[in-house]
Amino acid sequence: MEKITLASQLLQYLITGLTVGSVYAMVAVGFNIIYNVTEIINFAQGEFVMLGGLTMVSLHVAMGLPIILAFPVTIVLVTVIGILIDRFAICPIRRPSVLTLIIATIAVSIIIKGTASFIWGKNPFDLPAFSGRNPINILGAVVQPQYFWVIGFLVITAIALSIFFDRTIIGKAMRACADNANAASLVGINVKKMILLSFALSAAIGAVAGIAITPISLMEYDRGAMLAVKGFGAVILGGLGSFPGAILGGLIIGSIESFGAGLVHSGYKDAFALIVLLVILFFKPSGLLGNIEISRIKRF
Amino acid sequence: MLRIAKLPIAVFALFIIIFPWIAHQIPTIEHYPDIMVFAGIYCLITIGLSLLMGYAGQISLGQAAFFGIGAYISGILTANYGMNAWACMVIGMAVAAAVAALVGTPSLKLKGHYLAMATLAFGIIIFIIFNEEIEWTGGPDGMSGIPGLSLLGFEFDSVESYYYLVWGFVLVAFIFTVNVIQSGTGRALRAIHASEPAASAMGVDVSKFKIIIFVYSAVLGSLAGSLYAHYLNFINPSTFDLFFSIKLLIMIALGGMHNIWGAIIGACLITFLSYEWLHYFEEFEVIVYGAILLFVTVLLPDGLAGVPGIVKGWFRR
Repeated sequence: MEKITLASQLLQYLITGLTVGSVYAMVAVGFNIIYNVTEIINFAQGEFVMLGGLTMVSLHVAMGLPIILAFPVTIVLVTVIGILIDRFAICPIRRPSVLTLIIATIAVSIIIKGTASFIWGKNPFDLPAFSGRNPINILGAVVQPQYFWVIGFLVITAIALSIFFDRTIIGKAMRACADNANAASLVGINVKKMILLSFALSAAIGAVAGIAITPISLMEYDRGAMLAVKGFGAVILGGLGSFPGAILGGLIIGSIESFGAGLVHSGYKDAFALIVLLVILFFKPSGLLGNIEISRIKRF
Repeated sequence: MLRIAKLPIAVFALFIIIFPWIAHQIPTIEHYPDIMVFAGIYCLITIGLSLLMGYAGQISLGQAAFFGIGAYISGILTANYGMNAWACMVIGMAVAAAVAALVGTPSLKLKGHYLAMATLAFGIIIFIIFNEEIEWTGGPDGMSGIPGLSLLGFEFDSVESYYYLVWGFVLVAFIFTVNVIQSGTGRALRAIHASEPAASAMGVDVSKFKIIIFVYSAVLGSLAGSLYAHYLNFINPSTFDLFFSIKLLIMIALGGMHNIWGAIIGACLITFLSYEWLHYFEEFEVIVYGAILLFVTVLLPDGLAGVPGIVKGWFRR
């Protein structure tokens, strides 16, 4: 066995951090998609990740569906849940204010969590890694192949989204809603449909993140809340509403957490990301890449 | 709802006074005063939170942390250092106020609901500290041996005496809060809730009022925590987790956040639900809470306190 040097250990922390950070980044992107269109902070965002992971476990491990089939089916199922949330919790609210909409998503998140504990029980579940568990040695750091899958999914998601928002009519319509919902509806964009779509899209991204991370960190019914909080930390760090900011924020939060747990105190692992969130809120609420102009016209 | 009638307060106070006697007569509800002690403790928190949500239009997801700060400061200082319980209670409230000002000031100066996120993060950090600082807090196993309360030689060691002590605090807090609502401060708060730009145009210092209310809600939370610790003589971190903060939110939403009575109704109902009526659902009671919160948010935006208004509306038609 090789001697573990400080450099290789730091590299290990960095790679682990970037991997976990990729998941936070995907959660953060999901937050931003819904926030940009509706100005809602969707507290149920983390539950999509949890549902993605556990649904995949059921389909692939319990029912024996091959990964190539279970993967899309899982995404579709979680997307349907995202749509149901909009139809039954967000749409019917009679006097929508940001306050009541946030409370509605909190309600949804605990209903989903409770239902998940009903379906899957309280134990964590494992999912076989996509390409085995033989670790790869990179400059002394031990890396599981699945790490590359997670980071790869983030890259694919980012590219797909930028094509969607820049090149397609629907994507452009969603951006129009994000800029000004009233003006968008004046030029014939169906804002309600765009809100529905934003929930579907961010549910799908959450599901991808959940499927990707489950082989590394397992998945259990109550993981959603913490994922949501850290994803939101990434959102604030990067700047509310900014997609590049969300990805950057996620990767930074993941790295801080990984280094903090390794070098400072592992018991406070979950606290580091939250302290970053508080510090950013206090000193630079517009975030690293946030747009102050946009934050002025939004209600949140 | 600026005017708050005095008669219902008197009727309510009378009911609280005779309730233990009534409960004593009926064997099946004999233990209700015990549950009412907890309901009263939660009422203290929800009164502050209701002011924050309903009147200042802000949401706090870290109220459990202030509850915990009060409980742990009282617990640690009395059990480990033998300090006077009432002094510890005041220390707890002072610490909670300082912490609330520290957390609340930056986020309340921003527009929007940044307080929700700041308090959420803060609440989880405090929860982690309760779990990790084993030397002080006993860690996940909790700490025991917290003494009961006594005043001038009188021990609050029976359920009845503690019941009157807690509800005495609730009554004082309630009347004080009602006076705040009916004063110029209350009008300023309503104005902020209706429209922040309009309020600030009229010369209301919006963020100052919000910070004061947030600090006030934290102080009440801490007081509740101290009372809780001295009643149970034992505390552990799981009482002060994120779900408790959400449960407080459910109490407010169910009772009705635009009416101070909603805080009392919601706290009592949810306490009885969780201590008495929901055992049947065991682990799945969380789904019931979620369903209640969603139902109220979608269909009863004014909560149960708004129901009389809706009924009146039917008859007027």
